[in-house]
Amino acid sequence: MNFAPTIEAVHHGALLSASEAGPAPKRLVVAYGFWIFLLSDIVMFAAFFAGYAVLVRATAGGPTGAELFDQTNVAIETACLLASSFTCGLMSLAANTRNRVRTYFFALVTFVLGAAFLALEIREFGDMIAIGATPHRSAFLSAFFALVGCHGLHVAAGLVWLVVMMAQIATRGFRPAVERRLLCFSLFWHALDIIWVGLFTVVYLMGVSP
Amino acid sequence: MNFLGKLSWDAVPLHEPIIMGTSAVVVLAIVFILGWIVIKGYLPYLWREWITSVDHKRIGVMYIVLALLMLLRGFADGIMMRSQQAVAAGGAQGYLPPEHFDQIFSAHGTIMIFFVAMPLVIGLMNFAVPLQLGVRDVAFPTLNSVSFWLTASGVLLTNISLAVGEFSKAGWVAYPPLSGLQFSPGVGVDYYLWALQISGIGTLLSGINFVTTILKMRAPGMGLMHMPVFCWTALASNLLIVAAFPVLTVTFAMLLLDRYLDFHFFTIDAGGNPMMYVNLFWVWGHPEVYILVLPAFGIYSEVSATFSGKPLFGYRSMVAATMTISILAYTVWLHHFFTMGASANINAFFGVMSMIIAVPTGVKIFNWLFTMYGGRVRFTVPVLWTIGFMVTFVLGGLTGVLLAVPPIDFQMHNSLFLVAHFHHVIIPGVVFGAFAGYHYWFPKAFGFTLDERWGRRSFWCWFIGFHLAFMPLYVVGLMGMTRRMQHYDNLDWQPWLMVAGIGAVVILAGIVCQVVQLVVSIRDREQNRDLTGDPWNGRTLEWSTASPPPAWNFAVLPYAAETDTFWNRKQRARGKRDERAQEREYDPIEMPKNSPTGFVTAFFAVVTGFALIWHIWWMAGLGAFGALVTFLVFAFRHEDEIEIPAEQIARFDRAHPVGVVI
Amino acid sequence: MTEAQYGRAPGDNSSDPVEAWEPSGLLVYTIGLLLAVLLTTTSFWVANTSLLWAPGIALGLAVLAIAQMGVHLVFFLHITTGPDNTNNVLALAFGVLIVFLVIAGSLWIMADLNEMMPPAELMDLHMQH
Repeated sequence: MNFAPTIEAVHHGALLSASEAGPAPKRLVVAYGFWIFLLSDIVMFAAFFAGYAVLVRATAGGPTGAELFDQTNVAIETACLLASSFTCGLMSLAANTRNRVRTYFFALVTFVLGAAFLALEIREFGDMIAIGATPHRSAFLSAFFALVGCHGLHVAAGLVWLVVMMAQIATRGFRPAVERRLLCFSLFWHALDIIWVGLFTVVYLMGVSP
Repeated sequence: MNFLGKLSWDAVPLHEPIIMGTSAVVVLAIVFILGWIVIKGYLPYLWREWITSVDHKRIGVMYIVLALLMLLRGFADGIMMRSQQAVAAGGAQGYLPPEHFDQIFSAHGTIMIFFVAMPLVIGLMNFAVPLQLGVRDVAFPTLNSVSFWLTASGVLLTNISLAVGEFSKAGWVAYPPLSGLQFSPGVGVDYYLWALQISGIGTLLSGINFVTTILKMRAPGMGLMHMPVFCWTALASNLLIVAAFPVLTVTFAMLLLDRYLDFHFFTIDAGGNPMMYVNLFWVWGHPEVYILVLPAFGIYSEVSATFSGKPLFGYRSMVAATMTISILAYTVWLHHFFTMGASANINAFFGVMSMIIAVPTGVKIFNWLFTMYGGRVRFTVPVLWTIGFMVTFVLGGLTGVLLAVPPIDFQMHNSLFLVAHFHHVIIPGVVFGAFAGYHYWFPKAFGFTLDERWGRRSFWCWFIGFHLAFMPLYVVGLMGMTRRMQHYDNLDWQPWLMVAGIGAVVILAGIVCQVVQLVVSIRDREQNRDLTGDPWNGRTLEWSTASPPPAWNFAVLPYAAETDTFWNRKQRARGKRDERAQEREYDPIEMPKNSPTGFVTAFFAVVTGFALIWHIWWMAGLGAFGALVTFLVFAFRHEDEIEIPAEQIARFDRAHPVGVVI
Repeated sequence: MTEAQYGRAPGDNSSDPVEAWEPSGLLVYTIGLLLAVLLTTTSFWVANTSLLWAPGIALGLAVLAIAQMGVHLVFFLHITTGPDNTNNVLALAFGVLIVFLVIAGSLWIMADLNEMMPPAELMDLHMQH
């Protein structure tokens, strides 16, 4: 869209403040919109967290968190996700300089780390289900699978998104639209890591501490 | 395993004459309209100009058309309940069997909240907010179209439930364990859940879109404190959407997991906790009340200022009250379940908060009164709705303060007193406001004003009918009648319920008047043309462009560094001929291209939703895959903007001269 | 009109989106990573040690988690208190407030309801009448 300021605007306000400068550039609008989406996503996780916190003691005679959670596994998962958040940051630095090779490289590392996280999570879920700790066993396990699974689904969606982004860079190059989406992707990926911090603290660490 | 899941011919309730008759009429009407469109060759026009349109004005109009159609459906449900209760006293069972009556009250509430009130306010915001902000569209035009079509998908699924299967019988709130698989094994609750999940995503996307639009896209010079009040209320409302709808999504997701995958969030056994559903539902539910009512408050503010010829009294206090309400809205939700058994401390806290939230609303009422005080009030139809609202809403609000007292709530909860109360706030608070907005912005949307005479008739029918229909419910509520009764034995209630039934008929007359008003206005459109773009002597930027506005809204973005810019500019220009119109220079404008993304997404959403409701897993997978492909196609689109040449803009401006150029 | 007048996009580490691959960007991410690793390892240590006063552990973990979220916001998402970030921070503050109200309110209400709930045996007795 054409947001050229009017002649009058220039005349009136050589020193317009940010809130009076007229419609913002597209990069800002898109990133801000995505920021608002992330807030809604975080509120969504808040509701799952609330559900989990309410039901955490409702084990109905089934296994508790302390019996189920493997701290080493969680520590590796955390390391993977944290490292991928870091490499995602390096990817956006590379993308800012429009360096394709570096962007692909860090995207690949981010993808591998995210996929490793997801694989570990799926294995954890599989192990739990194998010993009968399924979501049907108790309300606690329902809440656990829903909360952690929802985060896992987000990570999976992020991986798909990352692949799509790489395809877009390959076919379209660093166009403004592609760059805006890369910015949104990095916001998304960092936000998932922030949610994971809450998750491993509330679910895994508080769950096993006496 | 069955190829079509749970779907079979048994799903069509052939033995129910009322349902089959209604469905037949609806299907015939749809076939007739579609046939007419195809034969007349309007289909390409419809596809090009409306279905794939990403223009916020078109989308706004479509939202409102959808809402008005669903108002007819929801009202039909309402008048059926009123007539059933007017006759089903003592031994009489009326004409609606219990399982049908239960579906009707569930559908009535669901439709009125999600598919009438929500699309009405979102439609009006869509139409008016970008115009008032002096910009060319919302932040994400294609997303806006997706939002609309997802809402329409929810509507479609709800209406399919009329003929195929059944709707929920668990009330519009669908509390478990009643809505759980054990007590509602049918597809009714699934229709409810999937329809609301799909339309809820649309609403959430709208919310994101509007928060971004209002905070990041305003005309040059327009600081936050220069925005029209309607934009402020829209901002508050959309912030509430962004923060409340995810909670509803989670709540319904949990119930869906319970129903589909045997989870135990809200079941009685295995440690599930049905009370948590009630809690989470109202974490969304109370802000939802303000999501609906705040934009209506904004409309009343615009209407009272415009038609009193005065600036709004207390602009700053209005803004402060609006933003205060949007925070306090998150601190009162427990008053919807005082009787669930919380201790006195908690009930007292939420009772006090509920009374406090009445204060900013009171501030607003005084602001409107003082705006009108000393003004030259023109008693047009929007003003009638506004005054009618103030008179009615204050009383409805007072009964709300009564119900906010926990001991009184223990007496009144679940009675018709409560039903009377929430209709008493929502109908004047939202419906009257939307009608005022509809009448107020109609000339802007279509270029001619609505007929005042039929508008006044409609108002008086609604106003009188409303009081006839709902005041008696307070009385029977106090007499002990609980809500949602298919029949009752206490014959003392019957006269009151008969009056209420008559009230519903009077409201029906009001609706008929509105239909007539529309027909008459279209017939007389040449006499009622709005050639200036400013039929009401308006104050805000939407009146500074042509009626109907061009796709680009403003040839040159207006400069608006004050409240009521347009009004002030008119005052200053009075007597002086503005000559800049001639010497204006036009630049080409880039506008977003039309896109079928919204419609296609909605198609796949309906397929997926329907498949999930009936457990047709292959079809659900197909639908989800289709949605993914649509998304990818959209992501790899080449260009989404089209350039409108300067000559075209200049030509339009010369053909539609407006009074004052901003 | 320069970009700076419009404020900063969330996640951009400067108002100017296209910037040279400069060491300062890398430095910011590296400091963030180091702080995050430090806080995470402390969290895992706190949860597993017996050296600390047990009832304080949950509180300690919560503090560490909030600190780490802050580190991520500042070093990875480049949220600052600068004037070009006001809108982003306000939106974030609103989100945090809502998250707090939803979680704290739900826990408060549900814990109270559980407390008021008669024990199961009593309910059974009641049912037998």
